[in-house]
Amino acid sequence: MATVVGGLTTSHIPAIGGAIAKDLFQDPYWKPFFDGYPPARDWLARVKPDVAVVIYNDHGLNFFLDKQPTFAMGAAAEYRNEDEGWGIPTIPAFRGDPKFSWHLINSMVADEFDLVTCQEMAVDHGFTVPMQLFWPDYTYTQVATVPLCVNTVQHPLPSPRRCYRMGQALGRAIRSYPEDLKVVILGTGGLSHQLDGQRAGFINKAFDTLCMDKIADDPEYFLDMSIPDLVREAGAQGAEFILWLAMRGALGDRVTERHRNYHIPISNTAAGLICLESVA
Amino acid sequence: MTDDQPIPGTVMFDGAMAMKGYALNKMCYSFNNRENREEFLADQEAYMEKYGLNEAQKQAIRDKVVLDMIAAGGNIYYLAKFAGIFGLSVQDVGAQQTGMTVEAFKNKLLEQGR
Repeated sequence: MATVVGGLTTSHIPAIGGAIAKDLFQDPYWKPFFDGYPPARDWLARVKPDVAVVIYNDHGLNFFLDKQPTFAMGAAAEYRNEDEGWGIPTIPAFRGDPKFSWHLINSMVADEFDLVTCQEMAVDHGFTVPMQLFWPDYTYTQVATVPLCVNTVQHPLPSPRRCYRMGQALGRAIRSYPEDLKVVILGTGGLSHQLDGQRAGFINKAFDTLCMDKIADDPEYFLDMSIPDLVREAGAQGAEFILWLAMRGALGDRVTERHRNYHIPISNTAAGLICLESVA
Repeated sequence: MTDDQPIPGTVMFDGAMAMKGYALNKMCYSFNNRENREEFLADQEAYMEKYGLNEAQKQAIRDKVVLDMIAAGGNIYYLAKFAGIFGLSVQDVGAQQTGMTVEAFKNKLLEQGR
């Protein structure tokens, strides 16, 4: 049977894609950020996942406001990165596993999470940057991927509780797959940041610290928060923390934190990385 | 813990805003495509007309004022594609919205990490 080996969270700021393309790993601005990743890669080398389910938000590449699904899952053999309009270089396609995707879709819809299904899906920086950070130098094709896209573009966004429960359904779906696949869950985005309005540049280190301290052992702390609560505490785009909660929901009751890194700022964002291993 | 008070300096991009800004955001979404970016740069007025922008949206685009674009229904993720055409980063956009110089805005970000 398939197992969930653990979860990783990381910010997915587009500027990171630019910095990777320019090899800025030792640049003084970027070094404290990139230096956080080798321990997470070491962990991946140890647990050897076959598949990454990547929980992310599309920022207007695959979806426009004409059709804006709350939850959408890829079910394709490959996922292409495409031009997002502002110049981060596009990178080679990612490998899919349609058979596994359809199992997850069938199981999650039966479990009352009515996913939009995508047999073609372009993936933007929300997906590509985390994959590049965890599998550098284009080695990401060593794992198959399942994109799970959550709406953070247009309110109403799904609540923290809804996302956590969706993650729990994802975990049940994975564990009911008959093949011996090892699955890692990526929860991308966050932490606190706001790009729009007079409040642009808002960062909340105290709230981010709370998120990182509680995501392993007390994720339910956040489940009574509303989306406006999250926007107030984490900024308009910091509401992406719902993606971390979805990831955490899939991991099961007990996890061990293996690694974390936190750095302010990358671009306009407080960047957070955490590595959680599932405890069987 | 829930609190329904408005959040200062923040427009929640909801259904009402999504309807109001549809043409503007649709135009900005088209900028994912290089040929469309070039067509816009070649004749901005004709391109805005093609997408059916209203006058407030057109003026915000002509002026490159992000707060006015947001007031006219613009969503930041789509507006970022417009900003990208002119090589503006999210720090440039943040500085403009907060009335700061780009240097001061970058410093504000750095200070929050100290």
